[in-house]
Amino acid sequence: MAQFFYHTLAGQIILMLLETLAVLVPLLIAVAYLTLMERKVMAAMQRRRGPNVNGPFGMLQAFADAIKMITKETVIPAGANRALFLFAPFLTFSLAMLAWAVIPTGNGLAVADINVGILYLLAISSLGVYGILIAGWASNSRYAFLGGLRSAAQMVSYEVSIGLVIVSVLLAVGSLNLNDIVLAQRHIWFCVPMFPMFIVFFISALAETNRAPFDLPEGESELVAGFFVEYSSLAFGLFFLGEYANMILMSGMISILFLGGWLPPLGWHRLHGCRVRSG
Amino acid sequence: MLAQVVFYVFAAVLLLSGTMVISVRNPVHAVLFLILAFFNAAGLFLIAGAEFLAMLLVIVYVGAVAVLFLFVVMMLDVDFTQLREGLQRNAPIGACVGAILFAELVMAFSNWTMAPASAVASVQAAPGLTNTAALGTLIYTHYVLLFQACGLVLLVAMIGAIVLTLRQTGSGRRQNIEKQHARTREDTLELVQLPLGENVLEQGGFLRPGSSYYEIAVPGSYGSAEQHKEAEKEETGA
Repeated sequence: MAQFFYHTLAGQIILMLLETLAVLVPLLIAVAYLTLMERKVMAAMQRRRGPNVNGPFGMLQAFADAIKMITKETVIPAGANRALFLFAPFLTFSLAMLAWAVIPTGNGLAVADINVGILYLLAISSLGVYGILIAGWASNSRYAFLGGLRSAAQMVSYEVSIGLVIVSVLLAVGSLNLNDIVLAQRHIWFCVPMFPMFIVFFISALAETNRAPFDLPEGESELVAGFFVEYSSLAFGLFFLGEYANMILMSGMISILFLGGWLPPLGWHRLHGCRVRSG
Repeated sequence: MLAQVVFYVFAAVLLLSGTMVISVRNPVHAVLFLILAFFNAAGLFLIAGAEFLAMLLVIVYVGAVAVLFLFVVMMLDVDFTQLREGLQRNAPIGACVGAILFAELVMAFSNWTMAPASAVASVQAAPGLTNTAALGTLIYTHYVLLFQACGLVLLVAMIGAIVLTLRQTGSGRRQNIEKQHARTREDTLELVQLPLGENVLEQGGFLRPGSSYYEIAVPGSYGSAEQHKEAEKEETGA
């Protein structure tokens, strides 16, 4: 069995596919339940009940929404650039999935444990701007175009501050490998000695994912919904999934850079005999 | 075997998208093909073992430079008939430059000797060093002065760009810093105890500063004394 998986091409490809699915399926389920949680919490703040019809406590609401989205008609606006219009959501979604290849969930437990992991994350997140710009431009709509420009401008500007925060963490670690970054925090999490940087990263992450109070690009009152006004059905669904996957990715990055990844705080792993290979 | 196939795929897409950049009509499509070309070049770097350079190419060129290109091209209203006219007028000059470059390339390649094993030898990195560490050692230890000189050239270019595009229009707000620092709380702030139930406007209004912004503005900038007087003159018609 091990012979087949590790030493034949077909076995390696199957193993790679299984590894990828092991990362992506939990990610998509997390997106489903985090949207449910967001809606529940917002409903509680506004003294409503939120989704509570599909399944116990509305647990199947996200799947009902997904089925609704898939079965709806894809509307392509007149005068839109068809190819680019359909390309943009695929780009956004696949970039949001691609970035997860390097996120380690345990010591050495990443799909690709590459030496320039943090640069890879930065590169992928800087590519995310194109999905938004192309969507805004290809829709042939003023609202979408203005929303796209706003969103892109915001993402490009906050990428700079994210880059500077990453540089300061890298100076403390001395490696670009995400695994090494986590292992460097085995004595103390970086959010303690680098507390201001932690706050800067958190704020930039909010801006990068266009969440409140940085949801200006969405501009509900003046731009309707921002760059994806013209999108419907599966194309909209892909944008939605990509956006939420990016939020979880940003949380993952905060965890890796400042909150010690899989390590407990203050070197407590020694207390219960957890062995950490020194990096 | 697999690496060779991937190399030819990246190289073919790179050449194809490079051709598309100069041949497609729509400028936005041209920029998008340029981005595809950058991306494939990064892929080629990755195959050659230069992972740090590949990531840098994507971050700098695709993530920053090309976004600005795309912004400008999307905002510009490009007139195709005007472009066509320019093409015909400038075609002889372009052909001349192209011919010179081609002749130089031919001359360069005629003296180029290719070692059959050089492609394999260049992939080998220094032992025990990651790509990034090797590059860092080279740049910051062995060639630090050259590297600093490169940085200086870039700094000069950056300052030059700012100087070339900076125009003093008199609409910027600039303060006389000494005057601003010399202001005290008494000059600017007045705490008033208002009687309950009285109209604020009748008591003198909300804003009653002792001195105003106009007094500390640098001469020639927005809101400076002379501009303020002119604005008042226009308003009163005097």
